[in-house]
Parts: sequence; C-alpha cells; structure tokens
Amino acid sequence: MTAPKTLYDKIWDAHVAHEADDGTTLLYIDRHLVHEVTSPQAFEGLRMNGRKVRAPEKTIAVPDHNVPTTEGRDTYIENEESRIQVEALDRNAREFELVYYPVSDIRQGIVHIVGPEQGWTLPGMTVVCGDSHTATHGAFGALAHGIGTSEVEHVLATQTLIQKKSKNMKVEITGKLRPGVTAKDITLAVIGETGTAGGTGYVIEYCGEAIRDLSMEGRMTVCNMAIEGGARAGLIAPDEKTFDYVMGRPHAPKGAQWEAALAWWKTLYTDEGAHFDKVLTLKGEDIAPVVTWGTSPEDVLPITASVPSPSDFEGGKSEAVKRSLDYMGLTPGTPLDQVEIDTVFIGSCTNGRIEDLRAAAAILKGKKVKDGLRAMVVPGSGLVRAQAEEEGLADIFKEAGFEWRLAGCSMCLAMNPDQLSPGERCAATSNRNFEGRQGRGGRTHLLSPAMAAAAAITGRLTDVRELM
Amino acid sequence: MDKFEKITGVAAPMPLINVDTDMIIPKQYLKTIARTGLGKSLFDEMRYDDDGNEIESFVLNQPAYRNAEILVAGDNFGCGSSREHAPWALKDFGISCVIAPSFADIFYSNCFKNGILPVILPQEQVDVLMKDAEKGANARMTVDLENQTITTSEGESFGFEIDAFKKHCLLNGLDDIALTLEKGAAIDAFEANVNQQRPWV
Ligand code: SF4
Repeated sequence: MTAPKTLYDKIWDAHVAHEADDGTTLLYIDRHLVHEVTSPQAFEGLRMNGRKVRAPEKTIAVPDHNVPTTEGRDTYIENEESRIQVEALDRNAREFELVYYPVSDIRQGIVHIVGPEQGWTLPGMTVVCGDSHTATHGAFGALAHGIGTSEVEHVLATQTLIQKKSKNMKVEITGKLRPGVTAKDITLAVIGETGTAGGTGYVIEYCGEAIRDLSMEGRMTVCNMAIEGGARAGLIAPDEKTFDYVMGRPHAPKGAQWEAALAWWKTLYTDEGAHFDKVLTLKGEDIAPVVTWGTSPEDVLPITASVPSPSDFEGGKSEAVKRSLDYMGLTPGTPLDQVEIDTVFIGSCTNGRIEDLRAAAAILKGKKVKDGLRAMVVPGSGLVRAQAEEEGLADIFKEAGFEWRLAGCSMCLAMNPDQLSPGERCAATSNRNFEGRQGRGGRTHLLSPAMAAAAAITGRLTDVRELM
Repeated sequence: MDKFEKITGVAAPMPLINVDTDMIIPKQYLKTIARTGLGKSLFDEMRYDDDGNEIESFVLNQPAYRNAEILVAGDNFGCGSSREHAPWALKDFGISCVIAPSFADIFYSNCFKNGILPVILPQEQVDVLMKDAEKGANARMTVDLENQTITTSEGESFGFEIDAFKKHCLLNGLDDIALTLEKGAAIDAFEANVNQQRPWV
C-alpha cells in the first residue's frame, strides 16, 4: 500500500519531469499565464539566446496591470511607459505565437480572472505566472504559484520550473459563517492568525465546512491571499461545484476527454491519514467582518474593534506598528468604525468577480454614495463587466454614484492613472495595504466587497451588518 | 550571471520587519522593459522626499553606507509581489548579499537568479550583525559562500545553511535555463506521457 498523500503531494507527483538526488525537481508546467509587467525581460532573454517558447499553446498572455480603465484605451494609452509595455506584450505574443487577449478583446481582464473564466485553469494542473497572486487558481485544486521574471523565461524556454517541494499546511475552517461574513473575511482572518510569514515554506490546503460552502468565486478569494500569509500556494480540493464551474468553458475538455478528466479530478483529494506539517483550525462562527488598520495584511481586526497601540505588540512588530500607525494617520483607541474614508475601490483579482459585484450591489441598491466620496468599481474582466451590465448591477452602482470602469488591475497597485494622492484614505477590496501600494502616501484598508459598499454609503469604515 | 564567491564590504543595517517589495522598488519603476538602471530607485519612497531630494536619515543616503554591498535586515524580508525588479534594484545599487532571520519565498528564489546571496540566520545572530553594521563604513563584514560563513568586523563568525544546488549555481554563475535544457530528453519523455494520460491539458 502506498502512504496516504495530501492533495499537494498528488499534484506534485503527477508533474515531476526529473528529480535529482537532492530533491531538486524539474516540475512540468501545464499553464503559463503572462502579463505585461513581469515578462518583457524574459522575452528579451529568449531572443538574446535564440530560444523559442516551448509550448506557446499553453502560454496565455493578457495585459492587465498597466491598462487604463477608461474608454479609448484600445486605440491609445497616454502614459508612454505603460504604452511601451503593453505594446511589447502585443509584439511578444505575436512573435512567439502565444494565446493572447489584447485590450480590445472583451475577454481581456486581470490574468487571474481570465484563466478560470476561459477554462484554462483546470483541477490538478500546475499553473504559474510572473505574479504572486497566481495562488488564486488553487481554488480549482490546481498547484498555482507566482514566479519571478527569470523563472518566467525558464518556463517559456523549457515548460518546467526548478523546484524543491514545500511542506504541507492545513487550514481548516469548521462550521458555518455568520451573516455578513464572506470569503474575504476568512482569508484576512487566517492571515491575522498566522502573520504574513506564517505560511512561508508551505503550501496551504484550505478545507472544512465553511470552505466547502463557498462558491468558486469565494474559494478564489481565499486562495488569492495565500501569498499574503507567506505560503507558496493555497489550494482547495475540487468537488461538484468545481466541476460545474469548469464544464462548458471555452478551453475546458469536452466529450470523452471531459469524462477522462473528471475521473482523474475525482481522485484529487487528501487521503485519510495524510501528514500535514502544520495545522490551523478556525471556527467559522468565530470569524467577524474584518478590516485592516495597518500597512501589513496581518494587521487585521474585527470592524467592532479599535485601533491598537504599539504597546500591544512585542519586539520588531511594536516598532513596525508605530511606523504604520503614523503612516496611516491613526490614533490608538479610535473605534475602527469611526475612521472616515475618501475613496472606495471595488475590484482586483481578490474581489473583482461577478459574485463580488453582486454582494456589493446588494448593499448599495437604492442607496447613495456619501457626498464628496470617490467610489469606483473595476470589474475583473470584460466578461464580468458585461454580465454585471446584463444583471442590472452596473445601474445600481452608477445610480449610487460609483464610477463604472473597464477591466484591469487599476487601483489595486496603481500602475495606471487610478491612484490615491498622499494622505487619501481608501476602503479597498484588493489584497495589499503596503505603504504606497495604491499611490504614494495613500492609505489602504482592506475589506470585503459588502463592507466596501457599506463604507461608500456612510463615508467611514462600517460594520456591514448594520445595513443588512 | 555573475559568479558569487566572497565579499568583504560595508553592511547597511535595516532593522525593519516585513520590508515588502513595494518598499524595495515601487510600482512606477516596474514599467521598464530592461533589467538594469533600477539602483537609483531602490527603496525610492524611503530614500527620497516628494521633490526627489534625498532624505538624509535614510540608511543608504548616509555617507557610511552609500557603497554598501551587504544589507542586514529584519524578519520576512522581501514579502509581497513576485517582482524580480526588487533583486534587480538591489544588485544595480551594488548589494550582493542580504542577511535576515527569514525571507519571503519568491524573493528568496529570485535573488539566486541574479547573483545575490540571501542568508538566513537566527534572530540573535542577526542582532549581532546588525550591531556590527551600525558601526559604519570602517566595519567591514565578510561573506564567504564557499565556506558558508559570515564574519563581523570583530572577527566573530557565524555559519549558515544553503541548498547545495543553489550554492553550486551561484558559485559558478550558472544559467538555470542552459542546465535545464540539458535535461531536454527527460522533459520530452514526460510531455509525451502526459499527452497520453491527460490529453486535455
Ligand atoms: S489585481 Fe492587483 S494583485 Fe491582482 S494581479 Fe492585478 S495588481 Fe496583482
């Protein structure tokens, strides 16, 4: 009998193309996603060495980080450097014959939203991208993680990656979530528990009833932020929900191949008795709607709490908290729901999917954005945008006073013109609250789409349960 | 890639924890399509004020540390995005070794692809090195990859662990891609097998 394996073990074993005596492994890569920011130097490297892309049909490219989210962008991008990067991707995609979704294509969007939407992401695959939030695809039971540009070049040239296996970590969320608590609250609560380095060296498998109960969109939100907990990847065993989501997508298998795929996918779960090197268990009913107050994603508290004081922490963290409260312009003891905001950003690969827009619209329906507040929705892809328009969500946002933008990363990292100004405070559904992340001097509070909608109405961080 | 053997140089102290890649190189510099030239923007938001003038108190702006080759840092250095621009900027500035109690995963592996040695040591030893680095330009630290040791200006020495394959590549300046292409036959065989077993991929 073979030893019981975790889901991660199974996917890893199915992709080992070569293993050296010391465990250094050439891991075969099934899908390689490419965007304009981390790829130009990799293609340049190929050219300089006269190398080709080994499997262009497994390499999917889409511009997302730099693209403006306003009309007219398909004809001209004003910022010269952004334009050059997007044009470089256009050229590289053509020259190396990659699968490509240009800005003018309705399927364009954030790479981590496009992959699943088009059926490129499938259970049991290895998926990489020069982007740390590649972990998103783990929601399908795929082993998905971010890589650097040298590794992008390596995958382009060889369709493999030099890897050493990570350790196994289990994060179990038991029971049911309370009303107003979402996938975003789960993932933030976990990081609050483990810290941003708690997952370093591990691949996390999320499991438990509260995870099973999540939709595929919710599962993607959870896995998306595995990296904020330091983990190499996060994954969730595929089940009927996964198969339903995948079935019929443009690049999902069909007919006999579907049946064969499904038979294999159904073996992708952690065996009874498999070993985890680290385990964290949270009770679903203990998780509250949360927000971040500092400049690290681990700075998480329930919305009902108050801004902490540096003296609540020890060692280096105490110093870091002092620095981050100063940056955030917050005074210890202030109730979090009294913190006034200037801007609301709904979007990103964490929360830019249709279900996220539905959750925000449900709170906003018939309400207005607080006077003077800037509020923006940036759907994760052109198709999400079209669907939201069809469902009437776009009208709810617009009537409430939100700007209704075109798809892209936008103010998640502010490489395009959507940026905060110094001191501006933003309630954001994205994944990073680092100093300057959304614009130099900008202050970011991470929260769920429903909480973001609530904040837009009141003009301050708000417990969404008051508006439900 | 440059070979990494041994360096004796100035070490800059940076006792912050969770230094993220947005701090190391903010996004506006990710718009480049080259690998070089990022050194002047390293730690941009901590290093320059809004008008682009140097902030005197920032460690790398102090005369003692302007030519630092080693960085001694806090826990979880390099967390955040996968941007290889972070090690590119460090390297372009002249830093070839970062010492910290822990590193974020992707940043750690990105360092090796760019001739930078990331060294993990226990907090107490990093504290000693931090103190040594704080002495300024006369305190030169030695990083010896071959023997896997860091030696302070006072001659105190600490051994560190490193993956043997990564060490080999760094010492010899080997290009990963060329190494992997030598195993082309194994990849071909694996791919043929996958095409049979999982034709939908
Ligand atoms: S939405 Fe934000 S986190 Fe996601 S890929 Fe774009 S920049 Fe990265």
